[in-house]
Amino acid sequence: MASRKRKQKRMLFKSLSNLYAVLVYGFLYAPIAVMMVFSFNDQKVNYYWNGFTLKWYVKLFTDSSIVEYLWNSLFIAGMATLGSVVIGTIGAVGLIRFEFRLKKLVNHSLYIPIVIPEIVLGLSLLLLFEVIRLPLGFTAIILSHITFCVPFVIIIMRGRLSGMDLSVEEASMDLGANRMVTFFRVTLPMLVPGIMSGAFMSFTLSIDDVIISNFVSGPYSTTFPVKILSLVKTGLSPEVNALTTIMIAVILLGLLINSTVQAFIRKRFLTHIKSYF
Amino acid sequence: MNEIGEYIISLSNVDKYFGTNHVIQNFHLNVRQGEFLTLLGPSGCGKTTILRMIAGFEDSSGGTIRVQGERVEDKEAFERDVNTVFQSYALFPHMTVFDNIAYGLSVKKVPKSEIKERVKEMLELVQLMGFEGRKPAMMSGGQKQRVAIARALINRPKVLLLDEPLGALDLKLRKQMQIELKRLQKKLNITFIYVTHDQEEAMTMSDRIAVMNGGVLEQLDTPDQIYKHPKTKFVADFIGESNLFDGIAKPAESISAHMENGTIQKEFTVLTASGIFPLVQNVTEESCSVTKEPLDSGSGLPLTVCVRPEVMKYSKCPVEGFSLSGVIKNVIFVGSQYRSLIVMDNGYEVRVNRIKPDQTVSEGERVFLFWDLEDASCIFQRKEG
Repeated sequence: MASRKRKQKRMLFKSLSNLYAVLVYGFLYAPIAVMMVFSFNDQKVNYYWNGFTLKWYVKLFTDSSIVEYLWNSLFIAGMATLGSVVIGTIGAVGLIRFEFRLKKLVNHSLYIPIVIPEIVLGLSLLLLFEVIRLPLGFTAIILSHITFCVPFVIIIMRGRLSGMDLSVEEASMDLGANRMVTFFRVTLPMLVPGIMSGAFMSFTLSIDDVIISNFVSGPYSTTFPVKILSLVKTGLSPEVNALTTIMIAVILLGLLINSTVQAFIRKRFLTHIKSYF
Repeated sequence: MNEIGEYIISLSNVDKYFGTNHVIQNFHLNVRQGEFLTLLGPSGCGKTTILRMIAGFEDSSGGTIRVQGERVEDKEAFERDVNTVFQSYALFPHMTVFDNIAYGLSVKKVPKSEIKERVKEMLELVQLMGFEGRKPAMMSGGQKQRVAIARALINRPKVLLLDEPLGALDLKLRKQMQIELKRLQKKLNITFIYVTHDQEEAMTMSDRIAVMNGGVLEQLDTPDQIYKHPKTKFVADFIGESNLFDGIAKPAESISAHMENGTIQKEFTVLTASGIFPLVQNVTEESCSVTKEPLDSGSGLPLTVCVRPEVMKYSKCPVEGFSLSGVIKNVIFVGSQYRSLIVMDNGYEVRVNRIKPDQTVSEGERVFLFWDLEDASCIFQRKEG
């Protein structure tokens, strides 16, 4: 009856590995689940369940200053993404295409803003803005976010660019396109996937950032995470739960749309042949 | 029109350095309108560099490059009337076949209806009708190659430059594309400058071949002349198989006939390490200037005699005038011919190719080599100084 024993053993291993997976995912998602549940709790202080309500969602959209901070954050992330993608793309193109003295040094110095503690970067940015008399606020936050996003964008883009066939650009020039036309019609479109990943990276980093923003945000303009952090000291209102629940829902929806669109494109790409004549 | 104006492409005294590396040395090349010219040589000989300098991707370090008599050194790649087919195809991966082919016209702002017309024409020319909407990633190597050719030809260039365009294709497809390319070139009457390291490819397609080695032009001639009358030892060795005998030619007394245009036909006796044999050679002013020796120099002319394996003969008894003997080492059947290796007394190995097997001799037997005098070609050795 050796085979029965082996079967039992295998069953045991299988249930153990399932349990392990459940535990890992539980650990990851339990906090988020708790927060989502409490966003529907009819109770100001979140210690026990008091019944279902949507009033926090209603309050969120009728009278609440929290949403305003979210818009701030989105605006800052948008601007920081734009800035770091433009600077990062140009930088990566330069680092790949041209040979110059101290290139190694320039390459290595890219990693410094990534590895130094954020608290150090935040403090030094604050000092810098003091010295150059830049008032703290939106501009300062955007500039700081660009500072720590640019290295990530350059590293992502550099990976993309080094895999690119340079003769494609030569082919473009050979066919009569000057450098500008070549850049916009050949180089840039080929860089789009890299630019997209760099942009997503920057946007996420910017939305996420608390420490550096905390240093440079000043008294009047602040970001969503910084605001929530300060609210923790005075007591969180349940409408924050509602807002973050909405944010998670939006992100999930985004991921879903992304994968559907990708599958659709792949299918069309392989089967659909456009007629030109 | 000056003399250079007759040529569509004209390179003179072209030099190229990569750092301190002198990769192209004092290069001269004149290409006629409608000609299929091949730059042939081992990898690293500078053939691609020449092509890239004509296209404008590489600056020359010295000398002049003319396209239709006009100097182009200061012109950018996009200002030159030449187009290139790249080794890696270099198709635009984000564009469809239609957009790839249309690219040259659309950057020149040609009206849309004309673009459509001409792309259609090109697709017919390279036999890719129905592929307009495909992306390059969905095509085979041969199809990509056709797109690359169509894309380069749509601009109606004066000269098409091809950089080992068939290098990535399998043998059968390569042969097919060779014929196709030749057909296209004849039909469109465009000058092709073709780079390859494949001598068979060069032989089949070219009107003239420029054999290059180490940045130097060794010989520029028709395939027939290159094979039959190699001018340097490198060419003799690189193109086809050859048996080379280094030696000294001493004029013989018997024949010395004067021909027209100042050529003298002379009979020589050539002394080599492998043995002695006769040589009849037309000696021109040019060959005298190469050796820098007077024709009837008593000490003899240093030269190399090249005899191809298919014209080399052997017999069991000595032939008059020839004293070359060796032992048959082995005979190998390679399908189309029987290849024998004969080891000379000084250790030099001579190759003899025959279409039919020779039953009269066997391996290990001693034979005497000879050939018809007109089958040998002679390379005068360049003397330094």
